[in-house]
Amino acid sequence: MKILVIEDDREAADYMQKAFAEAGHTAHVAGDGETGFALADAGDYDVMVVDRMMPRRDGLSVIAGLRSRGNTTPVLILSALGEVDDRVTGLRAGGDDYLTKPYAFSELLARVEVLNRRASAREAETVYRVGDLELDRLSHSVKRAAREITLQPREFRLLEYLMRHAGQVVTRTMLLENVWDYHFDPQTNVIDVHVSRLRGKIEKGFDKPILHTVRGAGYMLKS
Amino acid sequence: MALSLPAIMRTTAARLSALYFLLFALCAVLLVFYMTSLSARMLTGQTQQTINDEVLGLARAYQRGGLPVLVRVVEQRSRQPGANLYLIADANGQILTGNVQSLEPGVLETDGWTTEPFSYRRFGEGELERQRNQAADPNGAPPGETEIQVEGEKGHNAIALVLRLPNQMIMLVGRDLGEPERFRAVIRRALMLALGMMGLGGLLIWFFVGRAALKRIDSVSEASRRIMGGDLTGRLPVTGAGDEFDRLSENLNTMLARIATLNEGLKQVSDNIAHDLKTPLTRLRNRAEATLSGKHKTTDYRQALEGTIAESDQLIKTFNAILMISRLEAGYSSESTSKVDLAAAVRDVVELYEPVAEEAVVALETSVDGDFTVNGNRELIGQALSNIVDNAIKYSTDATEKPAVRVALQRVGHEIRLSVADNGHGIPDDADRARVTERFVRLEKSRSQPGSGLGLSLAKAIMTFHNGKLELLPANPGLSVIMSFPAREDH
Repeated sequence: MKILVIEDDREAADYMQKAFAEAGHTAHVAGDGETGFALADAGDYDVMVVDRMMPRRDGLSVIAGLRSRGNTTPVLILSALGEVDDRVTGLRAGGDDYLTKPYAFSELLARVEVLNRRASAREAETVYRVGDLELDRLSHSVKRAAREITLQPREFRLLEYLMRHAGQVVTRTMLLENVWDYHFDPQTNVIDVHVSRLRGKIEKGFDKPILHTVRGAGYMLKS
Repeated sequence: MALSLPAIMRTTAARLSALYFLLFALCAVLLVFYMTSLSARMLTGQTQQTINDEVLGLARAYQRGGLPVLVRVVEQRSRQPGANLYLIADANGQILTGNVQSLEPGVLETDGWTTEPFSYRRFGEGELERQRNQAADPNGAPPGETEIQVEGEKGHNAIALVLRLPNQMIMLVGRDLGEPERFRAVIRRALMLALGMMGLGGLLIWFFVGRAALKRIDSVSEASRRIMGGDLTGRLPVTGAGDEFDRLSENLNTMLARIATLNEGLKQVSDNIAHDLKTPLTRLRNRAEATLSGKHKTTDYRQALEGTIAESDQLIKTFNAILMISRLEAGYSSESTSKVDLAAAVRDVVELYEPVAEEAVVALETSVDGDFTVNGNRELIGQALSNIVDNAIKYSTDATEKPAVRVALQRVGHEIRLSVADNGHGIPDDADRARVTERFVRLEKSRSQPGSGLGLSLAKAIMTFHNGKLELLPANPGLSVIMSFPAREDH
């Protein structure tokens, strides 16, 4: 995956570049808004990571500029401004995801991989399949090895999200945001309990595990 | 109030007074001049009209009986008290008859109206007879002598019409200008008096009104100097008069109170950071130091680093919570509010916690049926409620009966009350219950439980943001946490 990082904090940008490389991606770094805009406009990137407050041109203006020129590259906004309204402003400017500083790199990586436009073609599919697990988005039915599994509505949405991003790491925050539409950190790890309950339903009675825990990062659905 | 003159002149009251005074004076002077000149012109016109009438009468007398009749009429009229000026002279200007003893030279040389007022001297009442006798005798004392006598003294002023009779004799009919001049003098005196009074009045007004205002302003700036000196508890004086100054002082006092609150909040945050973030930071540092010193296996380093990350994450969480609490409490959070279906928001949170409760073997019951719409922020309400439900589940596990948490919504008057009650041990002590919503306060029993001691503080701040309140009541057994929202008016 080709990633463009537009971030004025040199140290943070270098760290990101190195870490993305370790994860098998290529990352280019632009140190200010103008340079970033020029690079994004010329190059063909899969995902962009854009800081909000930067010299010469702020992140939101860069994104709005690119969108008005027809550039649809998915953008993840990085910002120290973390209130819900800041997030709404960011997403309205054309961002696809929003991550508040300070963040864990594992979280950033998981989100960037989920944003990857080559991987996110599943949106239109009506039936998701991962191994012998099958989820029909229209009839709201779930089957594993042709055996029907009954899920609560929220469990269905949880599984749907995990299956859409099968093979990718999905963090707890991503689940809380996308399945429950909450952006705060619950005191107890409620997500773990929901996931283990779902795991019980889709793994119990089958020989192979399919919902894996990724240490220090989150979960991954993989056959 | 010991102010020097320049200092007084710098005050707004003095400047305004001076400006008003100047404007008034200018208007008064203009008005008085206009009136004077108008009246003078009117008086002159009247004088000329009187003279014209006189001349007309005399002309008729002349036509009737020639010079003798004219002279007789003139003499007759001259004798009347307050008479006009009459004079008949021969062609050389020698006075023959009339009540004028002497004139400025040259007056008789031009016919028609005199262009300028001229000075003259009238015969005294006693002298009149004698002069007339003299005049009857053309060989009397030369008139030049009389003129010389007169010129040294100040005569009266008059205007006159000079006519040449068909026999080349000169007739003058005039009128004294004493009256208009007296009038002018009166006006002038009145003007002076008025200006003087205005000046005095202006000074008095400034003294009583301006100085009073100055005093008020001075007391306000005195008080503000004290406050600037660091005494944020100081307030501006309010006299209770309810005037502009009082309103200004009241507004500034409200502002000061707000600033004091914000300042207090800021101080509390910095105190909190100093006390409660130092400990985990020290722990973090010590862990790193201990790992570096001495020989360790790779797995030890890994373990230490993982611990460091976990501890840092906890620190960040705490830090975010502190920031959020102070922003919400200070009222400068940028979070927006909209219509929120409280029942749906409650169901979402309960649904989120259902598996947790189940795992802890706590019955999570809800009674949220009905339409409960409030003005608020779903995310914040969700966060507050999740903190409270989280606590309730944690602390109901030590219940003597079957542990249960009840979440209920009900409308009471103008409030919508969201209550979360558990049947655990609760917080029996009133003081503890009041204290537990303060930042970082963790009661003895809860020290063993994970948490930052900020959950309830955050919930309280969120309720403050929603113009509501958070109350902790004993539920016997257990604790009941009540979040009261103001009901929407349009409901």
